[in-house]
Amino acid sequence: MRIYADNAATTRMSQTAIQAMLPYFDRVYGNPSSLHSAGQEAMEALTSARERVAKVLGATAREIYFTSGGSEADNQAIRTAAILGKRKGKTHIISTAFEHHAVLHTLKKLEKEGFTVTYLDVHETGLITAGQVAEAITPETCLVTVMYANNEIGTIQPIREIGAVCRKAGVLFHTDAVQAVGHIPVNVDADNIDLLSLSAHKFHGPKGVGVLYARRGIVLQNLIEGGAQERGKRPGTENLAGIMGMTAALEEAVQDLDKTMPRLRDLRDRLIAGLAKIPHSALNGDATQRLPGNVNFCFEGIEGESLLLLLDDKGVCASSGSACTSGSLDPSHVLLAIGRPHEVAHGSLRLTLDRDTTEEEVDAIIRAVDEVVTYLRGMSPVWRDLMLGKRQFVID
Amino acid sequence: MALYSEKVMDHFRNPRNVGVLENADGVGEVGNAKCGDIMKIYLKIDRDTISDVKFETFGCGSAIASSSMATELIKGQPVSEALKLTNRAVAEALDGLPAHKLHCSVLAEEAIKAALKDYYDKNGIAYDESLFPAAHDCDHCGV
Repeated sequence: MRIYADNAATTRMSQTAIQAMLPYFDRVYGNPSSLHSAGQEAMEALTSARERVAKVLGATAREIYFTSGGSEADNQAIRTAAILGKRKGKTHIISTAFEHHAVLHTLKKLEKEGFTVTYLDVHETGLITAGQVAEAITPETCLVTVMYANNEIGTIQPIREIGAVCRKAGVLFHTDAVQAVGHIPVNVDADNIDLLSLSAHKFHGPKGVGVLYARRGIVLQNLIEGGAQERGKRPGTENLAGIMGMTAALEEAVQDLDKTMPRLRDLRDRLIAGLAKIPHSALNGDATQRLPGNVNFCFEGIEGESLLLLLDDKGVCASSGSACTSGSLDPSHVLLAIGRPHEVAHGSLRLTLDRDTTEEEVDAIIRAVDEVVTYLRGMSPVWRDLMLGKRQFVID
Repeated sequence: MALYSEKVMDHFRNPRNVGVLENADGVGEVGNAKCGDIMKIYLKIDRDTISDVKFETFGCGSAIASSSMATELIKGQPVSEALKLTNRAVAEALDGLPAHKLHCSVLAEEAIKAALKDYYDKNGIAYDESLFPAAHDCDHCGV
């Protein structure tokens, strides 16, 4: 039996989404740019998908740009705001220390190009306040980019309030909503969002397709040059099957949110309560301002990669912020940003549930984590030193 | 396709010689928790032969597997042979490690040597300093 608890990495495609894609491989396969009937059939589908996505987000169809996914949307949103800002002599950007790398690496690049970036402190809870944003805004600020919900620790930022601050100051506001859309209610209008990125495979849609929402009046700057697709802002023949799958998955995810959110929150809190019983463990991120399916813990005295591999042996698919799994020397920048010391951040575990997760699975995860943590601590010289008092516990 | 060879996974899942030796003749600990790897080796030495060896490791799958393999390679060997252990021998015995995990085999070699040096020091045995080059500096955490 396999328990898949890594839904923040990617999700299983829903049957609805798969079925929605199928006609677009071999029946409606025309190029939407073609004038013949086969092409126009495809164009009709594309147009309807754009309207349906817009409706879900509280946008209008002309504000929706289909992209290859969340990373591309993040890149284009930030580049756009930077270029538009620079034209007015504004080269200051505000963000947070724990954004996704699609945002952080774009910002790093802009810093090399002469932009200044303020990275707001996310505190130990993993939350910023609209007040912090207001204080950081200067006359030179051209963009505020803050993720809607964090991909590792699931904390949900006060996006509506941050958006209001930006609107008042006349600063563009972008949010990477890759982890939020389809999981919690998101509405670009009510939330005062100017630019928003989303990715289909995070809500049971296909991989390789996403959306950049850009409020009317924002002239997107191209990352790719080419044809007239997406109003010339994102050239390239449209991934129509992917777009149709994404649209169906999005509608499906959103229509049941009232039911799935409370159910998932209960499962999440059951998992948190179970893991909290393991001695010297701690939840990362705020307990309530948190995605319904996200659980992230640190276990003192062990390292995350070995934890993941042994959990996998027990049938549990999870992820970790340890350096060994991040592919760099440092553990997760998110865990460091919320103040976890390196040695504790190495022992982190992220479990992300989805709408199909059952209570039995949650209980099985708790048992498996408990067993593996106990086993690994048994061979850990760090744990031995902690127990002997030669080293101080960081987590009580 | 797998991250690790079957041998690595075998030594990771079923590590040999895990534990502590009370009254060990030599103990060596290398690594740093900040970097995510600590290895500790305990040696029992009788008549210049490693009669028993145990290890404790805080670290990733390849760190645990490297410790396990290193202990297997020196168990029952004369001290003079154990001193010749290289990180390359550890990695080869594991049918290779991914490039970014090779430092785990380096740590294993260093841990064994640190334990042997401790044995020499405790027993006042003279040795050639060049046998024990300083443990590699960790650029990352500056220790």
